[in-house]
Amino acid sequence: MEAFLFIPCLVEHVLPQVGEATAVVLSKVGVSPVLPKGQTCCGQFAYKRGRPDLVRPLARKFIALFEDARAIVCPSGSCTAMVRRYPGLFAEDDPWRARAEAVAARTFELGQYLVDELALTDVGARLPLRAVLHASCQTTRVLGAGEQTERLLAHVAGLTLVPLARPERCCGFGGAFSVDYPEISQAILEEKVDDVIQSGADAVITAEPSCLLNIGSALAKREVSVRPLHLAEVLAGGAI
Amino acid sequence: MSASKYDFGKAAAKALGDRESRAVLAKAIGHIRVLRRRSVDAMPDFAERRTRAVAVREATLARLPDLLETLEASVTAAGGMVHFAEDAPSAARCITRLLTDRDVKLVVKGKSMVSEEIGLNEALERAGIEAVETDLGEYIIQLAGEKPSHILAPALHVSKEQVSELFDRKLGRKSTDIPEMTRIARDSLRRKFLAADAGVTGCNIAVAATGTVIVLENEGNIRLSASCPPIHIALMSLEKVVGTLADAAAVLDILPPSATGQTLPVHLSLFTGARREGERDGPREMHLVILDNGRSKILADPLLRSILKCIRCGACLNVCPVYQSVGGHAYGSVYPGPMGSVLSPLLTDAAGDARQPFACTHCAACAAACPAGIDHPALLQEMRRRLSAEGTDAATRAFAALARSPWMFAGAAAVARSADPGLTRVAGMAPDSPVGRFLRGRVFPGLSRPFSRRFKALARRLSRHGGRS
Repeated sequence: MEAFLFIPCLVEHVLPQVGEATAVVLSKVGVSPVLPKGQTCCGQFAYKRGRPDLVRPLARKFIALFEDARAIVCPSGSCTAMVRRYPGLFAEDDPWRARAEAVAARTFELGQYLVDELALTDVGARLPLRAVLHASCQTTRVLGAGEQTERLLAHVAGLTLVPLARPERCCGFGGAFSVDYPEISQAILEEKVDDVIQSGADAVITAEPSCLLNIGSALAKREVSVRPLHLAEVLAGGAI
Repeated sequence: MSASKYDFGKAAAKALGDRESRAVLAKAIGHIRVLRRRSVDAMPDFAERRTRAVAVREATLARLPDLLETLEASVTAAGGMVHFAEDAPSAARCITRLLTDRDVKLVVKGKSMVSEEIGLNEALERAGIEAVETDLGEYIIQLAGEKPSHILAPALHVSKEQVSELFDRKLGRKSTDIPEMTRIARDSLRRKFLAADAGVTGCNIAVAATGTVIVLENEGNIRLSASCPPIHIALMSLEKVVGTLADAAAVLDILPPSATGQTLPVHLSLFTGARREGERDGPREMHLVILDNGRSKILADPLLRSILKCIRCGACLNVCPVYQSVGGHAYGSVYPGPMGSVLSPLLTDAAGDARQPFACTHCAACAAACPAGIDHPALLQEMRRRLSAEGTDAATRAFAALARSPWMFAGAAAVARSADPGLTRVAGMAPDSPVGRFLRGRVFPGLSRPFSRRFKALARRLSRHGGRS
């Protein structure tokens, strides 16, 4: 069985280890990862900026690139949610609409793919660690894949999940929001990092690369030794 | 949605610098959220209540003009008078004229956000009429010369200690004990209720079939404002109408639990018309002022009209990370938080920042909390689209142009990667630049060798080791 890797630009250029871990996890469960050439960005940034007109060409590109895939797997809730919005970018009678629908229906966030499509909750991962889960807004509320993340983590041997105060609360990133309103973004982030530190955990896990990067960059600034880990890295069980 | 001068980002940055106020706000909101969760979680049928209420709100919007006509007829039949006001100044003028024509000198007021929206207190002051806010929170705000910071709890940002200091300064009464401070306020307000020539209140729900104005409160001050003085003026925005008392009950099923975590408030009043012949109490005159102020336009806008489903419970404010951090005043408009970010820019002569819809992380906590089924992020997204269609956003266009070509995208990333260590230095030299401000609480993550260039070797390894790298 094959799955096409949909690698967010943030993962491609800033968090390549998350892409690697995703490939490792898929291989572990018997799925061969395929990386189609020529991926760039799903267009989420332009969409959130209120420019669906700029997203449309990127969506067509994505659709053409991934159309042949039986499954498209992405280590990001927000990018998956963006692709699932693609059909709405095209008019009812536009032939691209049906193509967008077909691609959107086969695009899954990693946790969704494992739990919903492969009916797996135990991928045989082992990672002895005390960690908290940051339930990313985009993965949980927007995409509705929070439960899948939790079920997968519950089966990781050695992993102890400790409670995080307000786990569902935003980390303050919000894409361009973090640059347009840096003070607000950092005030929200500061509270998230306070909660993470207070939990006493050794690591903070999330299924969303942008949250991971945001929280990780603040932990580094405060020189705290809490490891930011993506769901894929945890499921790879330290294999990379 | 024209360009505005108000800068939410600046106001927010200033508010964030006030650590003491932030702590007061965080404590108060934390308290409300616990109350709401306890109440909503304890209702096994909350989901059904919500479904029913959403259906009522949607059906109401679908026939709003008809309902308003029916409401006018019913209020008139019950001995009241209805006044339609197209915008804020005409509503304020209408009420001021009603009062000056009747030689009113003192008005007691129940909490009403619409009254804030039309700037009623300022208009009355200009007309030489004394207007006293009688909701404890509003009373505190009025004494302090401030504006409400929350649509439900206007003095949410004020601490017990600050109230104590305020009462000492303004009323000459010293106390730090909450029951005692409440008594001080009550002493001062009781005299006003008895002396007032008129009462002005808001309206949570107006029932078209019966002409009934429904108000919810915990202090009894609205009931006194509406029934003690000889004249009662109720003020509502036009979307508060529902068809029947049964429809009102459906809204009441979700409003107090979402707002204050109560099943019902302490006082639930239904006012229908003025005092009738043979009745011994109640106002001799009853007026209902119905404000449009841009809402008809919103109603005619199928992509944004659902904001009119809002029942002003405040649940979206209480879960919004932006509101929680900066508080209500930073918004520069009467309605803050998620519902306000949608509504405020759409009102006639909108106050606040026209670009407010961009000041959102898209976390969707508001939509999850909203009992009226409003999808705030979707509405804000549509408003962003309209705002962006008007302007040019060079950075977004440049990024999108690069993303259309894989080799240009990779090339740009390579350039950024080589410049990468310099960025942190630049930020250090220009701490007030966008990059500098972004990096105040963060370490620049740095760009890595792209995943796509690592993949081939990884894939080979994976296929050799059967899934173990």
